[in-house]
Amino acid sequence: MSTILLIEQILNGLQFGVMLFLMAAGLTLIFGVMGLINLAHGSLYMIGAFAAAAVAGWSGNFLLALIASLIAAAIFGVIVEMTVIRRLYKRDHLDQVLATFALILIFSEATRWTFGSFPLFLDIPAVLKGTVILPGGIEYSLYRLTIILIGLAVALGLYLLISKTRVGMRIRAGENDREMIGALGVDISVLYTMVFALGAALAGLSGALVGAIQSVEVGMGEPVLILAFVVIVIGGIGSIRGALAGAILVGLTDTLGRTLLPVLFSSFMDGSAATTVGSALASMLIYILMAGVLIFKPTGLFGSA
Amino acid sequence: MADSILRVSDIHKSFGALKASDGITLDLRQGEIHALIGPNGAGKSTLIKQIAGGLRPDSGSVTFLDQDVTRHSVAERARLGLARTFQISALAMDLTVLENAVLGAIGQRGSVFSFFRPAMKNAGLLSQARAALAQVGLEEDEATITAELSHGQRRQLEVAVALTLAPKAFLMDEPMAGMGAEGSKALTRFLQELKHQAPILLVEHDMDAIFACADRISVLVYGKIIATGSVDDIRANPDVRTAYLGEEDAA
Amino acid sequence: MIREGTLNIVILCLLVAVPAYAYVMNEPFTITLATRAVIFALAGVGLNLALGQGGLVSFGHAAYFGMGGYAMGILASHAQNYDPIFDGAFLIEGTNSMPVIWVVAVVSSALLALLIGALSLRTSGVYFIMVTLAFGQMFYYFAISWPAYGGEDGLSIYVRNQFPGLNTLDPIQFFGICFAILCLVLLFVDRLNKSPFGLALNGAHQNEERARTVGINVYKLRLVAFVISGAITGLAGALFADLNRFVSPTMFSWAISGEIMIFIILGGVARLFGPVVGAAVYILLEHFLGGLSDYWFIYLGAILLGMVLFAKGGIIGKLAKKETHHGG
Repeated sequence: MSTILLIEQILNGLQFGVMLFLMAAGLTLIFGVMGLINLAHGSLYMIGAFAAAAVAGWSGNFLLALIASLIAAAIFGVIVEMTVIRRLYKRDHLDQVLATFALILIFSEATRWTFGSFPLFLDIPAVLKGTVILPGGIEYSLYRLTIILIGLAVALGLYLLISKTRVGMRIRAGENDREMIGALGVDISVLYTMVFALGAALAGLSGALVGAIQSVEVGMGEPVLILAFVVIVIGGIGSIRGALAGAILVGLTDTLGRTLLPVLFSSFMDGSAATTVGSALASMLIYILMAGVLIFKPTGLFGSA
Repeated sequence: MADSILRVSDIHKSFGALKASDGITLDLRQGEIHALIGPNGAGKSTLIKQIAGGLRPDSGSVTFLDQDVTRHSVAERARLGLARTFQISALAMDLTVLENAVLGAIGQRGSVFSFFRPAMKNAGLLSQARAALAQVGLEEDEATITAELSHGQRRQLEVAVALTLAPKAFLMDEPMAGMGAEGSKALTRFLQELKHQAPILLVEHDMDAIFACADRISVLVYGKIIATGSVDDIRANPDVRTAYLGEEDAA
Repeated sequence: MIREGTLNIVILCLLVAVPAYAYVMNEPFTITLATRAVIFALAGVGLNLALGQGGLVSFGHAAYFGMGGYAMGILASHAQNYDPIFDGAFLIEGTNSMPVIWVVAVVSSALLALLIGALSLRTSGVYFIMVTLAFGQMFYYFAISWPAYGGEDGLSIYVRNQFPGLNTLDPIQFFGICFAILCLVLLFVDRLNKSPFGLALNGAHQNEERARTVGINVYKLRLVAFVISGAITGLAGALFADLNRFVSPTMFSWAISGEIMIFIILGGVARLFGPVVGAAVYILLEHFLGGLSDYWFIYLGAILLGMVLFAKGGIIGKLAKKETHHGG
């Protein structure tokens, strides 16, 4: 395998990783502040993608579509938080899982009812089509490179938000001690709604960005949700830094595994068998990575004991 | 010490810069009540956890019945006969009083992996459980759901469960907490009988109760034992007065 | 309010009466629906042991359901193609004998549960939910990418497997087999719940610290419960595959894990017959709501949400008064 191809795959892995980060960051923030496990996070991802596809189809403007994905997911997030989610903060994890699973059923069917069963397509905008030449003469998709930059910008933004602003201070206070934040005189229910909406908006943005590479369809959110869970288990729950490290690790492992394992196996097996074994194993690789983390550090790489 | 049942030798445990246990040595001898006192944050809970097995010391050892148990789990120590009661009752609230006691008997007999005979029809388990309930005076309430017990009764059940473990030593974390004056007195008398069955390491804030029943007292301050001795020794000790009793007087 | 025991007998009678009536009226489709309900109930009884009694919220029981399904699919496909599974130093052939398939399904899903449980039980709470969900998904992707047994398209088995002395293609006879298995497993789980093991499992669920301090190795206790739980759900998977004469990666999907959980919630968590009622109600909803609207999952979601928020205890919790789990 050539170096150029390898670097391209590393970039693909990075792009996949930052997308997972947008999902995982919201999930881990919501868990850290409110103690809630939200299975419906994948639905918010889907809502973002559909909103973007609908607005892009109507206006033809990709930037408008991205803004629509953020707003739609945030609005749905606020509605869901105020009607259902806030009743779950004090419930046990089983109730949270079941109620948010019920929300998946409702959101998926409602989307199918509104948009039909056929996938929608969201086009990459003209300015971002084609490739760029990176230093070293590597040709790479401009759109995917943009995704990586957006993801890293969001990571930086989240870091600044949480470490430098008043809202961030309240979020950190909430993570450490839910009682204390009440004592600080913060209206806790407003803060919770805001955090949930922020997580939802990130999921929606992620859905819209990925929607332009893949198709936009019902059920697109849950596989990503489960990958985001893997990211959180690896990174350590409640930690944004862990989510970033876990997401990039998972993105790289998955992408490189799918490329490299069949090649690796073909060095001592015949071609088609090597492809079969290699790709089957590659599909399990990130879960094996997760198993390894569970054996050596059950609280995750950045989790506290 | 020949008659020492439980021995903690030079235990160290730090959390970051905080030295929660800073070279603690103490022992529990046959037939005694050994009270551990100290101001809040002195490291009592950390010490109890290390003795019970929930926390492993950074260095030093815990010996129980002449056996080094420093690396044993909570469950292994319990099966050897180290019986612990909790500050906040740790009971299965939806089970009956008798079922909670039977749970103790199941653990003690190692019959967790018996799958077919109903536990509540097993004569051996039942008699062991009922004997413990009778000893604390809960035999009338065996069919009550634990959640419906009064606070004092829960404390009694806590002790009863410990009694099902065929205990060789008790580790009691604030058994008087939340009890009225009458309850405290009754429990004090009970502990004075119980100590002949197995010695008691008692962590308690109720100084009257401690002065009434302890045979020896150790004072823990900032992770160090600053004094060990009889009730009179400790009352007279000037260091203890400044470090601890002084605070009490002021409070 | 009636006694839970009485209610349970009523439930079993209804479960027999419906297919018996359908048999008399010659409505084989209704018998098949009842068989589905019985098989789903069995899967739920398996999960309920871990989730209800043990408090282990596994969102990955589709792994065992699928494992059981593929145990059947693999053995039967080799038998129908007269193609040995392994032909080397010794010979392993496929089979179409149900009892053999069941044993293989139970053993293989138990081993899988041992592996997944040993890793997942190192965590607890919300981690445990995420980890079990992820491992379940791993087998879904593996089944898709492994082409030997149909890959994404799955495996069709043309003839239902055999049970000595019965015609398994007759719907009512196959229902009888599934129903008998469900009854035997219910009996087994009932004894298990009342045994010292069951009491310890429940005690550790209610207060883990307490279980440890009386000398119980909680990890081992939960692992054993998890393995038994997975094995029962695996058996249900083998029967489900035989009912449809088809297995596919869908059996491994996270949605199946969620559905098995729904059976328990609809009926009542930690109630012996909770999953039985839940599965029957699920099938009824699927049949009638599904007939009314293509989008019946919206209604299912709304019902589930309503039950979680407002009706804890499920249907049995509403109908029967509280009984202690272990009392006499």
